[in-house]
Amino acid sequence: MKVGITKEIDPGECRVAATPETARRMIQKLGFEVLVESGAGDAASFHDESYREAGCTLCDEAAEIWTEADIVLKVRRPQDREIEQLRAGQTLICFLAPGQNEALLQKIAARQATALAIEAVPRISRAQKLDALSSMANIAGYRAVVEAAGLFGRFFTGQITAAGKVPPAKVLVIGAGVAGLAAIGTARGLGAIVRAFDVRPEVADQVKSMGAEFLMLEFEGDEHGGTSGGYAKTMSKEFIDAEMALFTAQAKEVDIIITTALIPGKPAPKLITHEMVRSMRPGSVIVDLAAEQGGNCEATIPDEVTKVEGVHIVGYRDLTSRLAHTSSQLYGTNLYHLLDEMGGAERFSVDMTDDVIRSATVVKDGQVTWPPPPVSVSAAPKEKVVESVAPSAVVEKKIGTFDIALMVIAAVLLVGVALTRDQGFITDFTVFLLACLIGWQVIWNVTASLHAPLMSVTNAISGIIIVGGMVQIGATNPVAAWLGGLAIFVATLNIAGGFLITHRMLSLFRK
Amino acid sequence: MFCCLDDRLPPYMKDMPFSHPLVIASETLPLNQSLATVAYIVAAVLFIFSLAGLSHQTSAKRGNLLGIIGMVLAVGATVFGVMNGGYLWMAVAILPAILIGARLAARLSMDHLPQLVAMLHSFVGLAAVFVGISSHIEPGIAVPDGEMLIHKIEIYVGVFIGALTFTGSIVAFLKLAELVGGRAVTLPGRHVLNVVLMLTCVGLGIWYCRVEGGDALIPLLIMTAISSLIGVHLVMAIGGADMPVVVSMLNSYSGWAAAAAGFMLKNHLLIVTGALVGSSGAILSYIMCAAMNRSFFSVIMGGFGSGAGGPAAVVEGTTKEFSVDETVAMLEEAQSIVIVPGYGMAVAQAQHSLAEVVKTLLKRNKEVRFAIHPVAGRLPGHMNVLLAEANVPYDIVLEMDEINEDMSDTDAILVIGANDIVNPAALDDPNSPIAGMPVIEVWTAKTCVVMKRGMSTGYAGVGNPLFFKDNTYMLFGDAKENVDAILRGLQR
Repeated sequence: MKVGITKEIDPGECRVAATPETARRMIQKLGFEVLVESGAGDAASFHDESYREAGCTLCDEAAEIWTEADIVLKVRRPQDREIEQLRAGQTLICFLAPGQNEALLQKIAARQATALAIEAVPRISRAQKLDALSSMANIAGYRAVVEAAGLFGRFFTGQITAAGKVPPAKVLVIGAGVAGLAAIGTARGLGAIVRAFDVRPEVADQVKSMGAEFLMLEFEGDEHGGTSGGYAKTMSKEFIDAEMALFTAQAKEVDIIITTALIPGKPAPKLITHEMVRSMRPGSVIVDLAAEQGGNCEATIPDEVTKVEGVHIVGYRDLTSRLAHTSSQLYGTNLYHLLDEMGGAERFSVDMTDDVIRSATVVKDGQVTWPPPPVSVSAAPKEKVVESVAPSAVVEKKIGTFDIALMVIAAVLLVGVALTRDQGFITDFTVFLLACLIGWQVIWNVTASLHAPLMSVTNAISGIIIVGGMVQIGATNPVAAWLGGLAIFVATLNIAGGFLITHRMLSLFRK
Repeated sequence: MFCCLDDRLPPYMKDMPFSHPLVIASETLPLNQSLATVAYIVAAVLFIFSLAGLSHQTSAKRGNLLGIIGMVLAVGATVFGVMNGGYLWMAVAILPAILIGARLAARLSMDHLPQLVAMLHSFVGLAAVFVGISSHIEPGIAVPDGEMLIHKIEIYVGVFIGALTFTGSIVAFLKLAELVGGRAVTLPGRHVLNVVLMLTCVGLGIWYCRVEGGDALIPLLIMTAISSLIGVHLVMAIGGADMPVVVSMLNSYSGWAAAAAGFMLKNHLLIVTGALVGSSGAILSYIMCAAMNRSFFSVIMGGFGSGAGGPAAVVEGTTKEFSVDETVAMLEEAQSIVIVPGYGMAVAQAQHSLAEVVKTLLKRNKEVRFAIHPVAGRLPGHMNVLLAEANVPYDIVLEMDEINEDMSDTDAILVIGANDIVNPAALDDPNSPIAGMPVIEVWTAKTCVVMKRGMSTGYAGVGNPLFFKDNTYMLFGDAKENVDAILRGLQR
């Protein structure tokens, strides 16, 4: 089985579908023979020599690869002159955007070939290691911050220097998907104050875990924007109005906006208006990661950096290509896992019963198989959220009535204590309650690893009941005295045993 | 008396009748009693500091020492200030008990820790019963006529809690020592039975309060028997992984028993100490329940698995096995390793060999840590003690919450004799009986090896989808033997 890696012919595409390392693993672990077009990795700083060392065969012409390879790995979708070279029975794996490129799929089908669109891999946990969209989004998010930092004329982090105080940059990230989270992490790493917004409230925890503040929408209604695929959906008008009000307010405050809002199969929502751009401080930066789908900002011009009233607007669609080394490495690894999933060299097949392979396959032996049937394996995150919300609400309610019941019982008990009108008893009771409170305060500080010694020391201390036995042993009634003696006996067993075992346990713990 | 009080009163109070509650007549105590009372205060403070000292490893030993000093002080003060005779007999009771208790504790191996703790709890319960009945026969302190009723109620409650603690702890001991089956034994209609028994006790209590002298002993003794029955019944219904809750609950009861004895003997030291221990046990129980995402009531009422809505997802798939050599290879490749021990490690006593494995790995500059689930084992903090015994430094032994976030960055996970605490169904499957229980997310790591005897389910009887995950491998066999083999493999 031969796997071919061609040089990307799209101008400006620096990535390559296999790096020397992923090629080596394809050869050694999966048993493929790997053909690489000379210079394929140059733009990503992987040179021919390293491919050769990894055991690849180098070819001078792409045509050689198209004729010899059984499987061709690429990054970008093939152009017409590449499609013309596709052979019957050949398998092509790359980004194809099958939803938008019906005609392309037809052309591939006409060549009687098979094609897998890497972005069509379903988002289920088993397929995570094949999920090239996520790995690319991660890189785009990182690179977006780096681009912004390059254009932004200030520090990201706040500093107090002898020459004066520098305030930290404020970054707003819209859309907390993989790219958004990566952007948050990177901006935080540079020291900026980061805020993030997403229509799916369930991502708030992820946002917070990355160190950003999650902006909440003041909105009446229970709409929320997750879908079962983990993507956002189009929202109602009221929701959008509230959202726009939030962005308008934020635009005046923040220095950098990074937008990553995408709705699958639809043009990107316009979230940042011309007006908002104008309201931003001069020198601010907007990085529009949705430029590919038309952009989240009205002023975005795809593939260009523009300056509108002093605000830089970055509309690059090739952010991943601008970090070609790492993108190639991650993309190559995703492809490696896909080939592994398909059986390696020996048992290579396009298994249409496998959910992951079925979803990714868009053309099979000259038949267009897009769109795939929905994958049922995945636990839909939205449903899960709903389910887990409902019981917790019930629990909270329960605690409410339980608390009231507890208070009533406590009140009855206290009134009962008062009704005894017994000085001694009330004093005892006071002491008892205060001691309970002290115990309550003290014990919460005990670390979990010391729970066993704590238990045995409290056990030893509860041997204080020996005092009861000592009081009773002086009784004149012989039975009472005997019982007192027995109490002393067992209580002492407890004291001696408890303290000693605690001591033994504690002497075991060491740093 | 009144006239001298009168002089100290503010002018506006002089006209008030002297039954005013603010005016408390105080009497002069004999010096020894006075000293004893002060010594009691000191002892109580020492006990508080003792528990506070247990908060951290560094101060824990001092905490234990303070507890001992407090106890000696309390006993000494009682001898000189409170006791009225019986000194010889007291010595006869104390001295052999010290020897027996110390011998018991000194010879015991740490593997038998849970049952020892349970047994010690039973002693407190038994002592409370003895003290209560003895106090009924002849109060060791003067009880004014008007307080007789309260005194009786105090005795009754004290004996009730004591008997319940006693038999409950005995059953817990038997279960932990595996002298009886560890499984939960649930009688049909057990809640009704409990309620009936409780009501009977209340009825007997009314009888007890109404009759005088020797006749009152009858209801007291019947109640003791019934309460003992409740103790047995309650603990029989709880088993397996819920045992940490049972043990800490009994710990709590033993405290309340001591406090009740304090009420009946008008002894503040007993009240304070009992309350401290009682609330300590209660908090521990609460922590354990929270760790299993179950309410305290559902645990102490026993049984398991009821109340989950809908059928749990059926777990099926194929597992992949690892040999010892493959496990060794994985450990050698990995840079960061996390070990998750469970009760199975304690049963196989694999902790010593495991400590050697850890030492070997640490020497190779790998990051090795332990992840401890709060309810792993049969006693709160059980795993920590076992690992400490095997000389594992405590700073690499982390709690679930401390380490869960790092799981995804971990290269290799070794799960030893744990099942339910690493079950992803707790998070994924809302119908699973353990749904919502926080678990150690071992499946997010690169590779996870589960060492297990066979494919049986854990205590909860729930299938574990972890075993069928792509990155999970099973290493079957006795934990100790396998760990020994891994150690030999690493040293080759």
